[in-house]
Amino acid sequence: MAKHQSKPSSLLLFIVTTVICLMFCASAFYFVLPNRESWMMSLPQASSYAGDIDGLFGLITYLVGFWFVVSEIVLFYFIFRFRKKSPHDKAEYITGEEPHQKKWISIPHILVIICDVVLIVATIIVWYKVKQDLPVADANIRVTGQQWAWTFEHPDLDGTLNKKNEGLILIDELHLKVGSVYHFKLESKDTLHSFSIPAFRIKQDSVPGRTITGWFKPTKVGAYDIQCAEMCGVGHGVMKGRLYVHTEEEYYEWLKDRVQVQANSKEVRESFHDLVTAETSNPIK
Amino acid sequence: MEQTKQETESTEVHGGSFWSKYVFSTDHSVIALQYTLAGIFMALIGGYMAYVFRMQLAYPGEHVPGFGIVGPGEYNNMVTNHGTIMIFWVAMPVLIAGFGNFCIPLMLGVDDMVFPRLNRLSFQVFAVSCVVIIASQFVPGGGFGGAWTAYPPLSADEGYSLTKWGQIFWLLGVALEFVAFLMGGINFITTTMNARAKGMKLYDIPIVVWFIVIASIIFMLSVGPLIAGAVMLLFDQFGLTGFYDPTLGGDPLLWQHLFWFFGHPEVYVVLLPAIGVCAEILPVFARKKLFAYKIVLWTAIVTGALSFIVWAHHQFVAGIDPRMAHIFTVTTLLISIPIAEMIFVYIATLYGGSISFKTPMLWALAFIAEFLIGGCTGIYLGSTGTDIYFHDTYFVVAHFHFTFVPIAIIAVFAGITYWFPKVTGKMLNEALGKIHFWGTVIPFTFIFLLQFPLGMAGQHRRISDFTVFPELAGFQDVRIGITHLLLVMIAFQLVFFWNVITTLLYGKRADQNPWRANTLEWQAPNVPPHGNFPDGLPEVFRGPYEYSVPGREDDYWPQNEPE
Repeated sequence: MAKHQSKPSSLLLFIVTTVICLMFCASAFYFVLPNRESWMMSLPQASSYAGDIDGLFGLITYLVGFWFVVSEIVLFYFIFRFRKKSPHDKAEYITGEEPHQKKWISIPHILVIICDVVLIVATIIVWYKVKQDLPVADANIRVTGQQWAWTFEHPDLDGTLNKKNEGLILIDELHLKVGSVYHFKLESKDTLHSFSIPAFRIKQDSVPGRTITGWFKPTKVGAYDIQCAEMCGVGHGVMKGRLYVHTEEEYYEWLKDRVQVQANSKEVRESFHDLVTAETSNPIK
Repeated sequence: MEQTKQETESTEVHGGSFWSKYVFSTDHSVIALQYTLAGIFMALIGGYMAYVFRMQLAYPGEHVPGFGIVGPGEYNNMVTNHGTIMIFWVAMPVLIAGFGNFCIPLMLGVDDMVFPRLNRLSFQVFAVSCVVIIASQFVPGGGFGGAWTAYPPLSADEGYSLTKWGQIFWLLGVALEFVAFLMGGINFITTTMNARAKGMKLYDIPIVVWFIVIASIIFMLSVGPLIAGAVMLLFDQFGLTGFYDPTLGGDPLLWQHLFWFFGHPEVYVVLLPAIGVCAEILPVFARKKLFAYKIVLWTAIVTGALSFIVWAHHQFVAGIDPRMAHIFTVTTLLISIPIAEMIFVYIATLYGGSISFKTPMLWALAFIAEFLIGGCTGIYLGSTGTDIYFHDTYFVVAHFHFTFVPIAIIAVFAGITYWFPKVTGKMLNEALGKIHFWGTVIPFTFIFLLQFPLGMAGQHRRISDFTVFPELAGFQDVRIGITHLLLVMIAFQLVFFWNVITTLLYGKRADQNPWRANTLEWQAPNVPPHGNFPDGLPEVFRGPYEYSVPGREDDYWPQNEPE
């Protein structure tokens, strides 16, 4: 009997729910994505794309949270509503095989697919921006993981990596200039490590035998944690670094100091070299 | 004919002493008991490890009662082996081998597994693997500490890991465990496909049996590459080859692909039996037919198939080609559809029911409520964009514990409390059962709910002391709170053991069918004897979930009752 009526009514129900679902997804883009607040326990958003990742987090929370809340409410409502009240309570006999019963599964099924498609589009946009796209660099750095320290090779005044500037190679300490686009070259000397700066929302494993290029653009001055995020042995827990994002003036001041250190050490070494060669009269060379 | 022959053969083995009856038995219910008890024993070890590393996280560097000072190497060892043991030595033996061995022949209405001796061999290999993994704790250098994923080069080179023997034993233990489950799986699949009660069609098989079979098929298809990978890793550990060593032309990422090609289907290998246990319990205590049997079955098959093409979502930031990530994010989000549908079906089963809240039902309902949290938070991690940030943080830890604890603890207790009367012939105490239930579920929920904000704050896994990080030091109170909740949860497990012991000693005798259920195991006498059905094997006339059929006086209708 219900079968004859079910066909038009379930079609109508389907169209109405689909439209509501589409409006719901569109509202997510309207309310959540432009809102680039930090959702991450008030951890600062210190890179240009941190807001995108937090926005995607908000979008997922909005869409998935809706399904989660609805499912839990329906579950607990059913548990409460259909509890056995008297010993003579009898359950209904519902097979779930009839079309008008199956629609309670098949319509949510299609709505979940719609939400999934929206999420896939949003996540591809964010991933493309962070990991696939490579904006033109203002400067380069080289990051090398080893058991259990990070080595950071900073750029020279012209933004390039200059192997000779030993004063610019620091252990567990990275200095960046706010507003510059950096490319990092990530390498490993021994096991896997993972270069993670939570405030930047960036993470990339370093793999021995490969050089992996990535980018970031610091947007907030401050000091932030660098963690190793891949198990790398006994010292994994203490393989930590500190990131300093400087204003332009501060940065050049720091750079000048480092170049000075470098010049000093060069002088010392050269004089030492002269001394050694003079004493041994250079037998090997 | 063949069955009779088998029976006489194995009765001979069964004859007399304790050893031949309980240790070298070929009877499926004895083997099920062996697997379950071994799994519970290993769970105690895994739980002890969780206690040790949670204490270290809450009170870094302090003396942990019952262990001592936890050094960084010991911390890594505890974290690694906690994960390994809980998945491979607790979830799998109890859910697949324990419940599978007990339920499959009884629910299918046959006298035993098709290959009883293979079954015995399966448990014996498993027992050896237990010994090997426990022994790995006592070898020179200590247990393996390279995380349960054992990524090389760390796991391949003793110079990096400092645990030469620990990692070899760990790898051998895991490989042996796989061999045991391969044999068990062959038995489950063959038995279900070839030995069913007269009249039992494929759509009359109880869902839990189907799900264990699907899980066994997934396991069989996915474990091959990992066993090959493990052998290659073993050669690398002995310094014979360099499959994963870039200086010798190998590639560390190869292991990650082989591991996760198995590792992700493995999630569904343990999930499906757990969710199948709930599919058995919900209809019985709601007195309702399972909503849309065929949809449930097909969602499981689709989930199983999809689980083979999602593995690289564990490797989004591992150095794979960034374009490849798009494919895996699509397949990963697609897998949410059959799983969501399965949950919808279970919720729909409750509609119009007459629900009584016995302990097994509470566990089954808790499974759905908690697993929903685990399922929904998985979307954040399957999504490439947010996974860049959340990968290897406590957000992941919280997410997969909201899937694995419902699987390996909640569903296991659901099954144990549900089948306890059949296995032992005694009824568990309901009041103690409910105290244990609430004392486990409430602390569990808050332990892992609190770990989501820690992950969002940027706290990474497998780090033994977070107070050294300026950004994370401020959350120490949360970590202490989590540890205290864990202590509460562990303390409440004593109630369960007390309940079991007192029930076995003084418990009330159980009826043959105390829950008034339809499936065939309840038609066998309690403590099923060898051969299961002394009055002759049953014949099946209908599906397993015919509850509250209109026009019948009883609200259940056993599968073997003639019209």
